[in-house]
Amino acid sequence: MENTTADVRTGLEQEPVFDKQSGCLVLGLLIFASAIVSCSLLPSASPLHVSSYVVSLLGKYLCFAILALSIDLVWGYLGILSLGHGAFFGMGGYVMGMHLMRQIGGQGVYANPELPDFMVFLNWKELPWYWWGSDSFVFICVLVILVPALAALIFGWPAFRSRVSGVYLSIITQAMTFALMLAFFRNEMGFGGNNGLTDFKTLLGVSLQSKWMIAGLFMASALALALIYVLCRAATVSKLGRVFIAVRDAESRTRFIGYRVEHVKLAAFVCSAVIAGIGGALYVPQVGIINPNVFQPLFSVEMVVCVALGGRGRLCGAVLGALVVNLLKTWFTTALPEVWLFFLGALFVLVTLFLPDGLIGVPARLRRFGPRKGGDAPEHPAGGPL
Amino acid sequence: MLFFALQFSTAVVPAAAEGLFLSPEALAALRSSKVADRDRALDELAAASAPEALDMLRALAAGSLHMDRESGELFVLDDKTGTARGVLDGEVRPADGGGLRRVGTNTAQRDRILSILGARLLSHPDPVRRRAAAAALTDGPMTVDRTQLEALRDRETDEETRESLDMALALMTAQDAAAAPQSLLKSVELLRASGSPRAKTVLESLAANPDRAVAVAAAEALEHKRIVSDWAAMLETMFFGLSLGSVLILTSIGLAITFGVMGVINMAHGELVMLGAYTVWGLQQLLPSQPGTALLLSVPAAFLVSGGVGVVLERGVIRHLYGRPLETLLATFGISLILQQAVRTLISPQNRAVGIPDFMSGLWRISGELSLTCNRIYILCFCLAVFALIYAIMHKTRLGLEVRAVTQNRAIAKALGVNASRVDALTFALGSGVAGMAGVALSQLTNVGPNLGQSYIVDSFMVVVFGGVGNLWGTLSGGLILGLVNKILEPASGAMLAKIIILAGLILFMQARPRGLFPQRGRAAED
Repeated sequence: MENTTADVRTGLEQEPVFDKQSGCLVLGLLIFASAIVSCSLLPSASPLHVSSYVVSLLGKYLCFAILALSIDLVWGYLGILSLGHGAFFGMGGYVMGMHLMRQIGGQGVYANPELPDFMVFLNWKELPWYWWGSDSFVFICVLVILVPALAALIFGWPAFRSRVSGVYLSIITQAMTFALMLAFFRNEMGFGGNNGLTDFKTLLGVSLQSKWMIAGLFMASALALALIYVLCRAATVSKLGRVFIAVRDAESRTRFIGYRVEHVKLAAFVCSAVIAGIGGALYVPQVGIINPNVFQPLFSVEMVVCVALGGRGRLCGAVLGALVVNLLKTWFTTALPEVWLFFLGALFVLVTLFLPDGLIGVPARLRRFGPRKGGDAPEHPAGGPL
Repeated sequence: MLFFALQFSTAVVPAAAEGLFLSPEALAALRSSKVADRDRALDELAAASAPEALDMLRALAAGSLHMDRESGELFVLDDKTGTARGVLDGEVRPADGGGLRRVGTNTAQRDRILSILGARLLSHPDPVRRRAAAAALTDGPMTVDRTQLEALRDRETDEETRESLDMALALMTAQDAAAAPQSLLKSVELLRASGSPRAKTVLESLAANPDRAVAVAAAEALEHKRIVSDWAAMLETMFFGLSLGSVLILTSIGLAITFGVMGVINMAHGELVMLGAYTVWGLQQLLPSQPGTALLLSVPAAFLVSGGVGVVLERGVIRHLYGRPLETLLATFGISLILQQAVRTLISPQNRAVGIPDFMSGLWRISGELSLTCNRIYILCFCLAVFALIYAIMHKTRLGLEVRAVTQNRAIAKALGVNASRVDALTFALGSGVAGMAGVALSQLTNVGPNLGQSYIVDSFMVVVFGGVGNLWGTLSGGLILGLVNKILEPASGAMLAKIIILAGLILFMQARPRGLFPQRGRAAED
């Protein structure tokens, strides 16, 4: 399965990191975030005041956008459809959750300075070994990166080396997240079982409810998203990015030319997992809970659909898709909860049938529509035989 | 014993007006408040052979025999319906709680009544009832005394009942502190073969018997029983594993067809299974009095329903996405969400109760330790039948030939005149229809609800991928292996951990053999 039509965007000259789209996105994001933050710090009587609920909600969307970026990096550029990226997001989230649990300290229901409430409830006497160091913020920040990276490495190395690809890989990523979900449901795992980690009080000594904290976390998410976007963009327009696309479109050919395809894939997969983990770590303090539902296959697939809706193989598209789908989700689940799944399902079908380039490709499609008459199916700018 | 006594108290013949089954004196004695008087009445009741006497004894044991304070008439009070039935005239009237007094019994009398009832059932003309009563003797409390039991055993003609009675006698001997070692040894020999849990406790106490020969024999019998029950437990685990395997095969064989032949990942497959299960429910709503007929009818009906939905899916959506498997995966996932929500909105978000017909709900008792449930046996057979049918279609019919041709090399098959698009539609219909039939089987095992399909979809994919895509034998062996491994792991690790281990094992297996147990060979297998 090889796409012989040349990718229209892969000319010989290298694209700039900041083209019109990316420049707009990064600049817009930063301006928007600063505006929201300053509005949220206004006194609540002011007509421009933004409530902290809205700020946390927007922060949550930004975290989902980070997750969508990580999925787009591997799916859009390398053709690895991971149906289990929620697992890496969840790992980052759980690591951060562990730290927040330790921060509760003596303020918990059982007022045990050492053990989180659920461990006291389970009659545990001491922290399990893997909770070691969870009281240090710096160490936790390292873990947020290391844990998903290690998991992706352990999962990805044998998989890519034995050339598990296509739908097989998708299904085993789904099996991975499903197995993790079952595992995290168990109380014996030491991560709060069914209820997960919740009831957080403070981060770095500041209450999670204070508007400074909420604004700070939101700003951090926006900056992280912008930074990750720029890094991904730089990677994808570089020579390495060309190799990514080559792997996606003609894996065997790339291998024959002499690239170690599995190394490229593994590197991208691990980076993607780290990005997802960072998203999860930012997500947890803003939402206030992390439970095994993030490991649900449906969550991961939903995020994949965000990417597909926005436009696969376009980093801007992934961000756009995540924001649009989650805004719609919030609106539907409060206004018309019955209809949400119908809508989401229809979105899956319609996007794959009619918008192979996603929302971001709509203007280009409309432009192309004019001069063409009765031509073949339009070229697929994202390339990809998938 | 009491349970048995009450179970048979449904059919009651009114007392014949002319000949009373009890003498007036006995009736009067029963009404008396003195224990000794009532004892005399029991003597006569024990000797009476009329069914009414039995009925009265049951009422006495259950404490539902009452007498009118003024007229002294006897009634059996039914608390559930709030009616009283006259013992002598059989007339039913509304119970008047104030005017009735319970005919009391003490513990000794109740024991005696139970013993009389036990002996009655043991000499019942119907051999089936005798068998049940005798079997109850070895499991429940001993209600008949030794001499009675010996007499009954000598008269017994039914082989099985005799064995049960022998066992009961052996139990009695073994518990008798004064029994001679010789008879104890004989009892041990008998108890050794018994599957009743009571035999085990009795043997355990005999193992500490002062007589060495008896103790050794009892210990040896216990060891024998342990081995037998270990074997039974192992066989039962195997059976449950096979049963789970058959369910996995049923749910994944349709997937194996669609996935293997068209390379289409149908994430809505689980929902097609769910639709099949709902078909059973729907037909049972239409035929409320015949759940069995409805179940049998729903096998073809579910095939048509799910197959029809499958054709619509294929023609409407999947056809446009051939060659883009990952996008097909997303689109069909969307369809699965729509189907789930449709069932939630149109029928109910709650589980629906699907009736299990009598022939499905029995128990096949192989020995004391091992009994298998009929529904699982039938489903195992159903699974094999479906597999054989699918195999025959794929290998003995024109359609199967064309399907295999398209699978192996689509372009060449088309060049040779195979209508590939028609083959796609038919294959998809077949795969979906089989999913519906799997739903019929599942409706007899688990709850039928909107999430039914979801819980099987991941497992089904595992089976297909594990077995090797496009290979029916792979699916068969994959399903059986996964089912067996799951059930073998379960006792040691718990259900959830077993599943996690299997998933992790599968992920590892996929690394070693990315194309499953039975990979497709040849050029077509390389993308």
